[in-house]
Amino acid sequence: MTQTLVAIGTRKGLWLARSNDRNTWSLDGPHFLMREVPSIGIDTRREKPRLLVGVRSEHWGPTIMRSDDLGQSWDETPEGAIHFPDDTGAAVERVWQITPDVHDDDVVWASTEPQALWRSADRGETFSLLRGLWDHPHRPEWGAGFGGAAIHTILPDPTDPAEMLVAMSTGGVYRTVDRGDSWSASNKGIKAPYQPDPWPEFGQCVHKVARDSARPARLYAQNHHGVYRSDDNGGTWTSIADGLPTDFGFTVVAHPTRGDTLWLIPVTADSERVPPAGQLQVQRSSDAGASWVTCSAGLPAPSYTCVLRDAAAADTNEPAGIYFGTRNGEVYASGDEGESFARIAEQLPDVLCVRAAVIG
Amino acid sequence: MSHGVQIILPAVLRELADGAGELVVPIDGEAALLRTILDTAFVTRPLIGGRIRDETGGLRRHVNVFVDGQDVRRRGGLDLMVRSGAVIHILPSIAGG
Repeated sequence: MTQTLVAIGTRKGLWLARSNDRNTWSLDGPHFLMREVPSIGIDTRREKPRLLVGVRSEHWGPTIMRSDDLGQSWDETPEGAIHFPDDTGAAVERVWQITPDVHDDDVVWASTEPQALWRSADRGETFSLLRGLWDHPHRPEWGAGFGGAAIHTILPDPTDPAEMLVAMSTGGVYRTVDRGDSWSASNKGIKAPYQPDPWPEFGQCVHKVARDSARPARLYAQNHHGVYRSDDNGGTWTSIADGLPTDFGFTVVAHPTRGDTLWLIPVTADSERVPPAGQLQVQRSSDAGASWVTCSAGLPAPSYTCVLRDAAAADTNEPAGIYFGTRNGEVYASGDEGESFARIAEQLPDVLCVRAAVIG
Repeated sequence: MSHGVQIILPAVLRELADGAGELVVPIDGEAALLRTILDTAFVTRPLIGGRIRDETGGLRRHVNVFVDGQDVRRRGGLDLMVRSGAVIHILPSIAGG
């Protein structure tokens, strides 16, 4: 029997929700109590899944923990899994993203604050800095959004192992076609309304990017005001915000198996970081952003919470499940692609990261 | 005559030292730089070293080190010369919410 696992990273620890039917959930935790969990990777590429978790203590710094028994026990690489080479003079502040590769089962990608991309060839036990992006001439001009100077999105290209896209706030989208040796800004069409030139080459505050599962050159971006789609792997972007209650938000999730379907969680505005009209809601499109449906059944109103960029995820069940966590420590689950939601956790610390997977 | 200092670990780091709360660290001569002492103390326990200092070698912002009761940040930081027989406390600062 398969089980659905929802891993919930919060400001003060990790919780693991499990369900055999996506109706009844058990909640296990906290793991790493009083440590922040901003990133989770659930690596299901082998028979025995591996959990990789970015953990950060305000006192004792960041690290990556891993579990090969779904959280019953945790290991840490003795020398630390991820640290900058001496010559950089930099130190990892926070691991923001942990992403299993789509071509090589041993490869895991990670990204950090400060903005850096890392590659592991041993399933996340040790990581090496990708110099091509670290040495990019734009790097001194990349900014730090309120969340920090971090790369928050890593999207390997399933059609070509040499291609990859990353994104950061505030720096924008960057793309490589040569396995990370060189990178180009890829923000044409994404507006930066907070800059004197609203159409810069880079510097956009892209909050999250997701890749369409059926048509990998199609991408969706939730920007700091603006929702965009690219049909040419980030070469150009066009707005798909028409029909949404607001173009602000942090997260975007693409359907894991069906093309043209995506979910957003709208936030009223930069200046009002609460749900539109006080209704916690998900916006779903089944036509690549041409039209939107409000999904709010089972979600609270009035609500004045917010959902952060990594605090939403989908599972690969049919129909797909969609999950998200709020800054006031609640986690909602839908087993019907957003038609209805149920709360599966409450009274947690503020939720930073949610990842879901089908296990077994 | 052998020289050394004592390091007192906070409870939260003791599991990484096989439960030990105190470490005795030998030094060459009657005094040594604090950074050298920390290097020596944690060369075989890199996870503890990484909790106290980041990969640049700097003390983490919310970690405090006291030598004979004095906060080293006010006394030269990691370049402080520490005499043999000194007691070094490593403590988390008051931070967070």
